[in-house]
Parts: sequence; C-alpha cells; structure tokens
Amino acid sequence: MTTPVKNPETRVKRPEESLFKRLTRQQLFIPVAALVLLVLFNLVADYKFFAVTITENSLGNTVLSGNIISVLDNASELVILAIGMTLVTASSGGQDISVGATMAIAGSVILRMVCGGQVTADTMQMNLILAVIIGIAVTALFGAFNGTLVAYFNIQPMVATLIMYTAGRSIAAWINNNQLPIINDLAFKYAGTFLPGIPVPTPIFITILVIAVFWLVLKFTNLGLYTQSVGINPNSSRLNGINPQMIKLLTYVILGVCVAVAGFIRVSRSGSINYSRIAENIEMDAILAVALGGNALSGGKFNIYGSILGAYVIQFLTTTLYKYEVPSTALPAYKAVVVILLVVLSAPAVREKLASMKKAPAKTVKEVS
Amino acid sequence: MPKGIAVDKQGRLKERVAMSDTNLLLTITVVVFFILYLYAVFFLQGSFTKPQNFLNILNNNASLIVLSCGMSIVMITGGIDISVGAVTCLVCMTSAVNLERQGGNIFTVILIGLGIGLAFGVVQGFLVAHLGIQPFIISLAGMFFAKGMTTIVSKEPVRVTDEAFLAVKDTRITVPGLGSPNKLGVYIPAYVEVGVVIALLVVVLLFCLLRWTKLGRNFYAVGGNNQSANMLGINVRRTKFLAHVLCSLLAGLGGILYFLHVGSGDVANAAGDEMNAIASSIIGGTLLTGGVGNVVGTFFGVLSLNTIKRIVSSLGFDEAWWSNITVAAMLCLFLVVQSIVLLRKNKK
Repeated sequence: MTTPVKNPETRVKRPEESLFKRLTRQQLFIPVAALVLLVLFNLVADYKFFAVTITENSLGNTVLSGNIISVLDNASELVILAIGMTLVTASSGGQDISVGATMAIAGSVILRMVCGGQVTADTMQMNLILAVIIGIAVTALFGAFNGTLVAYFNIQPMVATLIMYTAGRSIAAWINNNQLPIINDLAFKYAGTFLPGIPVPTPIFITILVIAVFWLVLKFTNLGLYTQSVGINPNSSRLNGINPQMIKLLTYVILGVCVAVAGFIRVSRSGSINYSRIAENIEMDAILAVALGGNALSGGKFNIYGSILGAYVIQFLTTTLYKYEVPSTALPAYKAVVVILLVVLSAPAVREKLASMKKAPAKTVKEVS
Repeated sequence: MPKGIAVDKQGRLKERVAMSDTNLLLTITVVVFFILYLYAVFFLQGSFTKPQNFLNILNNNASLIVLSCGMSIVMITGGIDISVGAVTCLVCMTSAVNLERQGGNIFTVILIGLGIGLAFGVVQGFLVAHLGIQPFIISLAGMFFAKGMTTIVSKEPVRVTDEAFLAVKDTRITVPGLGSPNKLGVYIPAYVEVGVVIALLVVVLLFCLLRWTKLGRNFYAVGGNNQSANMLGINVRRTKFLAHVLCSLLAGLGGILYFLHVGSGDVANAAGDEMNAIASSIIGGTLLTGGVGNVVGTFFGVLSLNTIKRIVSSLGFDEAWWSNITVAAMLCLFLVVQSIVLLRKNKK
C-alpha cells in the first residue's frame, strides 16, 4: 500500500530518472541497504559468520546454532514490539516509551501465575495458556491507560507513556513483592528455547505467527487504512466517519498485546526475571526499528514490513558487534554511531544532495518531463 | 480571536486580561508545591519542620535543577533532549578520571564538563536544526553514545581523593537564621553546598534570558508556531540550534554540579535523570508541544517531585518502588489537570 514504484503516475512522470534516485526514494531503501552493508561486511571480514551448525544442547536435543539463527531468535521480541510500535506511531504521531517497563509487568504477572505465588516452583501451578492470557489482559489494560491519556486527554504520546516508563518496573516488582520467582518446569521454557524434537528456536515460530496475524488483519480489515488516515489528519478522518480517538486507543491496546507476547518470550528464555534489567532499553530499539523502516515518526503512512526489517537489522548489528568482542556495556556507543549515520543518510536534505551529486543532469530531466 | 481578550454577552470587550498559559500553569505548580510542603510540615512533622530538610532537597538536586532548566528550554522550542542524563554521567566519569589519574585540577574539570556539553550540543543541534532529523532520535543516539563512552572511559567507579577538589566539595555556605538544635542540644547551622548557589544563579539568569532577551522570546515564538516565527523573520534553524547547544551546555554544567555533590565517577551516576528532568519540566508547566513554559516553574517542579518522594518515604513506604509509583502518579495527575485546564480554556 505504500510502495511508490507501483504507483503508475510516478513512472510516467519521471521515466528517465537515474536508478540511484529511484532506489533512494523507496521506503525500504535504508533498511535493505543497511542489511546488505552488514552482510557484505561480515562476508568480507569472516564468511564463517554465516555458518549454521547442528549441535546437541544440554537437554539432548539436536538444535541448529549459528549467528544467523541467533539473530532470528533474539530479534523476536524486538520484531513483535516494532509491529505494535509502528501502528502506534502511525495513528498518534508519537512513540510509546514504556514498552520495556510493561514487558517487565507482563513477565512478572505470568511468572506469578505459573509459580502460584511461590518464590521457586518446580512445576507450573497454572495452565500456561491461561497465565499468558492473563498477562495479555493486564498489559492490554496498561495499553488502554496509555491510549486513553493520548486519545482522550490529548497528551503527547511520549509524555503520556513516560508515566508507565517511570512506574512500570516498580509495579512489576510490586506484583511479586520484590521477590524474584524462578520456575524450573521445562515446559515453561519451551516458548523461549526449543520445543522437543524441533531444531529451530520457538521464538522464531511465534514471530512468524504474529507477523502472519498482522498480515491477515491488515489485508482483510480496514485497520491499516483507518490508522493511516487518523495519523495524517484526525479531523478529516472524523468528518469521514472514523472515530479517531477510538482508533488511537485501539492501536495502544494492540501494542499492549504485542508487549505481553514479547514479555512472555523474554521470561520463558530463562524462567526468571530481573525487574530493573529485563528488556532494558528495548523501547529505544523498537523506536529505532520503526524509524529505520522508513516510517515517519510524526505519524501517517506506515509500512510494518519496513519496521520488521529494521528490527532484524538492529539485531544483526548487535550480534555482529558482539562477535567482534565489543563489551556489552560499550555497545550503545557503537550503535549510536551507526544510528546517526543511518538517520543522517536518510534525512531528506542529505538524500537530495546525494542524488544530485550522483547525477548532475537529473534536475534538467525533471524540468523537461 | 486572540487569547487574553474576553468578550461579554453584548459583544463588548471586557477590560479583563486572562492569564497566559505559561502563568496559569506556573501558578498551579507553585500552589501544589506549597500545599505538599505545608502538609508535610503540619501532618508529618519529624524532619520536615527543620529548614535543613528543605535545603537538603536543594543540595541533592542542584544538578537536576540545571538539567531540567535546559530541558525546559528545548521543550519550549518544541524539541526534546533525552541525552542529558547520560551526558551528566559522562562528565562525572571523565572529570573523576582526569582528577585522579591525569593530575587535573578544578579548572580542567570545568573545562571538560563544559567542553563535553558543548560538543554534544553542537552535533545534536546541527543534526536537529539543519538536517531536520527528529530530536528524539538524535538525542536517543546521543544518550547511547554518552552511556557507551562512559564505560569506555572507565568501567569501575572512580573515587576522587584530590584535596583541593574535596575542599570545594565540602564547602558549606551557612544560611543565617535557619539552623536548629540537634538531639544533644547543640545548635547546627543550616547550610547549602556551592552547587546550589550556582544552580540558583542559573535559574535566575535563564529566567532573565527567556523573559527579556530577543533570543528568549524567539524560543517561545519558534515553539509556539514554527511557520509564523519564520514569517516574522526569525531564523528558526539558528534558534533551534542554540536551544540544543544551551541544553547540552547546561547538561555539562549539571555534570560538574553532580560531580561536586557526589565526588566520584560511576556508571550509575544520574541514571534516569533525563526522565526526572522531563517530569520536572512537565510538572513545572512546560508543554512538550512547545511555546509554553518557564524555568521558575521547572525549579518548583524539581522541588515538588522531590518533596513527594520524601513524603512517601516518611509515610513508611520506603521500598524503592513506591517512590517511582508516586512520581508516576503525580506526573499523571499533572498531565491530566493541565490537559483539562488547557482544553477548557481553548474551548472558551
């Protein structure tokens, strides 16, 4: 819906434009270019980066391992968050900075449910699916809280979600009385690690499932259209019979559901939780994924596939940096440099300059046609 | 119809001039602060009755006051800078390493602090104002960069033992007439640290800057409406650039004050202070949409934020999470009140 090249008018109007310029106008140009650069860098530096081996893990399962698998696996939470974040960004023109803190709440609720209030549990005290549904309900409620502040009280999204950002981790600690519940039931960790007999990490399947659900929803409902129209102009959407406040609220609730799924994956990786460190700074990565995907952070048109690609690029970058033994504490500095380069390259002012530098007569062609 | 002109039923202009948004929100903040503090003094008593308790809020938050004022200025121009906390932390760590391992003195510390602040301000300001990139993304990258650089400078905490520095750090400026006797009956004079004096000076200077200088008025004009400001002949890019430079410079100064207060460099220094600064600005009546705000309000915002933290802990909820939850609740309350007040005002 947002691929400009399919629009016949663009083709007719500017038939003789340079390939470079046509490419840079694509929304997916930045994430794809970043991905290609990263892949090329790793191929040149050490092609073994892409090796996928079959190993046996501590539980005796044969599993696939390798950097690529680890990228796909570890990006799962980020991808799921980025999808919800894209919708929120598109509808309200702002970002939810509380997703990391709400993930802690989701994890805390789910762990409390399955541990039955005990500190350590060897078997699950509650049906896992029921616990996850309760987790989803709780974070959807927090999403609705954020959404209400944004939609009905007209508070800027970043400020409205600052409330949950400040309180979220504290609420998560409060839910479990500041104890750190640990569950040793293997079945609980299926979702975060491997299902018995399947060599591919389960989070990858969950991510594919979530992407499929959103693909279907956006294809067969008007959610995408309404979200875009509310983001572009809430007043004219209202005149066209869309309730902009309801749509905004809905996107925040959807993000809340995404957060619960991501939080569930995160806690089921280890079966425990650390309130102040779980999913730390993930809100920043999620917003970056949206921006990298070529979506305007001021709302309006969006492309969730761009954000998904952006999330994988960020995880790819992280894994590459880890491979070159960048300490995890210094990682943000390197990430920041890459991010600044990317956003500077994608800034409209710079892009125009680059395009005109690459092909000087491009301007005259435009005038002739 | 322009704001501030009221019309009565017959359509005649009334002589009454309504309060501007800035003054209205400032009044709310100041009133709330006094209610909070008086409540504490009369109902909780304990340490609240001693003036030193109030001065300690200032002592502990001198750097936050400076940070929040910088944040308010960027918010008035319609931007945001979430790198301030991390810049503070970086300044602390670099200063500590400089004093301990490279034989620096207090002047090199000041140079380092302002230099780091200026560097961050110029880069971020250029990217935001001249390339038109979202300030959130740029300052997010700035935050990541500063956090990473801090651990590259030193991972372990660095305690300062330099005597000349410690002498400045421990200088106590007594405030006459506010002391109180301790349990043994010995009279302890009330004091403030050097940082508080600097912070108060900064608040006064910035108040004058925002109120009476051309640059200050430009900040409001740009934040209020970008395009109108442009049509009035204001250099919007330059104004935005200067706002970011000023904010980061104040973050550098805040770093020096923080360092002067704690006397060590630590990766955990000033953690979350960017959010505290944003919260203080909002409680102080600055709107993130720009054009409305006041550093005096921000100053009271910092005081209110820390008063409520103290009240909560003295009520017996001293677990760390209660403090965060109350701050969030207070933020929520203020946002909703502001939103309702402004919505009703604009409807009239």
